[in-house]
Amino acid sequence: MMRYSLPRLVGHALRDRPWPRAWRKATPRSHYDVVIVGGGGHGLATAYYLAANHGIRRVAVLERSYIGSGNVGRNTTLVRSNYMMNGSTQFFEFSLKLWEGLSQALNFNVMLSQRGQIVLGHSPAQMDGLARRGNTMLLNGIEAELLDRGQVQRLLPYLDYSGAARFPIAGGLLQRRAGTVRHDAVAWGYARAADSLGVDILEGCEVSGFLLDAGGVHGVQTSRGRILADRVALAVAGHSSQLAALAGLRLPIESHLLQAFVTEPIKPFVDHVISFGAELFYLSQSDKGGLVFGGHIDGFNSFTQRGQFPKAQGVAQCALALIPGMSRLKLLRHWAGIQDMTPDGGPFICRTPVRNLYFNGGWCYQGFKATPAVGWCLADTIARDEEHPLVRCYGLERFAQGGASLDEYGHGHWTYRH
Amino acid sequence: MLRIHCPLCGERPYTEFRYGGDAGKHRPVHGAGGIEAWHDHLFLFENAKGPHREFWQHVQGCRQWLIAVRDTATNIVADVALARDARGLDPQGPGGP
Repeated sequence: MMRYSLPRLVGHALRDRPWPRAWRKATPRSHYDVVIVGGGGHGLATAYYLAANHGIRRVAVLERSYIGSGNVGRNTTLVRSNYMMNGSTQFFEFSLKLWEGLSQALNFNVMLSQRGQIVLGHSPAQMDGLARRGNTMLLNGIEAELLDRGQVQRLLPYLDYSGAARFPIAGGLLQRRAGTVRHDAVAWGYARAADSLGVDILEGCEVSGFLLDAGGVHGVQTSRGRILADRVALAVAGHSSQLAALAGLRLPIESHLLQAFVTEPIKPFVDHVISFGAELFYLSQSDKGGLVFGGHIDGFNSFTQRGQFPKAQGVAQCALALIPGMSRLKLLRHWAGIQDMTPDGGPFICRTPVRNLYFNGGWCYQGFKATPAVGWCLADTIARDEEHPLVRCYGLERFAQGGASLDEYGHGHWTYRH
Repeated sequence: MLRIHCPLCGERPYTEFRYGGDAGKHRPVHGAGGIEAWHDHLFLFENAKGPHREFWQHVQGCRQWLIAVRDTATNIVADVALARDARGLDPQGPGGP
């Protein structure tokens, strides 16, 4: 792999030669130590950490389409660790710490921008809730600052503080280390770094079945032929149920659509990541100038990747309730991603009842920010055939065991209400 | 936008309806079956990519519970019936959410 550096950049600028490909176009080998199904951020990160942390380099990542075509390029690029439920708090903080060193580790600028995230509160009761969340974070060694209305107004002067505001702002909870990451760079950076360690990235390679016997899984049937593997991991958000069904598994997952929106680019305006407290709505400004925002899932299971228009209207209403100045901005693009929704809003990283088959999925709204920690912990789980301590709370069996809940907002087991 | 043909009110936008989930699920009979049956009923999903029988309630219309067959890959609604008719022969009755 060619190392990227300032002298290289200058050298290339002086010579009229194209940059080399960031990763090889690999051809499938007949056998791998580990096959990872799904070439999104999670799958690529897992391959990278298998090679980098565990020395397992005979690894293939199988991607049905091309790298960056799925949810890794469809999210709103936010990273944060302000979770309250025990298990998630520690996991997402571990992830944020990995984000902080990722550009150096991968030798690829993922453009982490720790601009701070502010969750707004609109009532005294909500401020109590935010104080509790902040205290949980502080007890776990994560910085958090509770802001009153005046402090929020100094940081975010463009919100609606008038008497006519539909949801008056009472204060907020600030995590300064939260922010955004360039999501395409995460896919490309992990792909390039994994490839340089010997991982084969097989694009245009769709899995159609598993090679199963009494000893568990020992390979996959793909559109590019049969590939044998000692261990197989699934990381295919959106179609987890369909893939797991090929291995005879039923999952606590239903596929739902989440839409995201971006406006025409404007001059620097929003310096932070803002989460509305009165509805699920989050907004930041991209480096290109567009305001990037999103809201709730559409509300019924679907694989269409086309969102429903009333949701777009609802999200626009949230934007205007929060920032009246956005009223004359035009929407440039909007799109939808298929995501795994689970009964408690929590994910899965675990072994499965099928020997040598590992599962990562069920990430609901939060898969992107988890990417480095998913890769780290899933690689560890595969290498040692035992769940990493940070993901023991993310087992498939947790509903049957009635263990600790991961349900951050107490919505109950209805996937479409999370 | 998704539109659902209510048998009583006609074709209406989906925003008039409340989604009620998979209609293929049957609540276990009380006392019969172990905790496993309840676990599977509550927490596991068929998550079909294709035709999906599902509950909708026309909350801003006739307030009837309906069972629609919607293709989750295209959102085309093929068939809608009143839930009480569609599940009338079911000894467990209409097991709404």
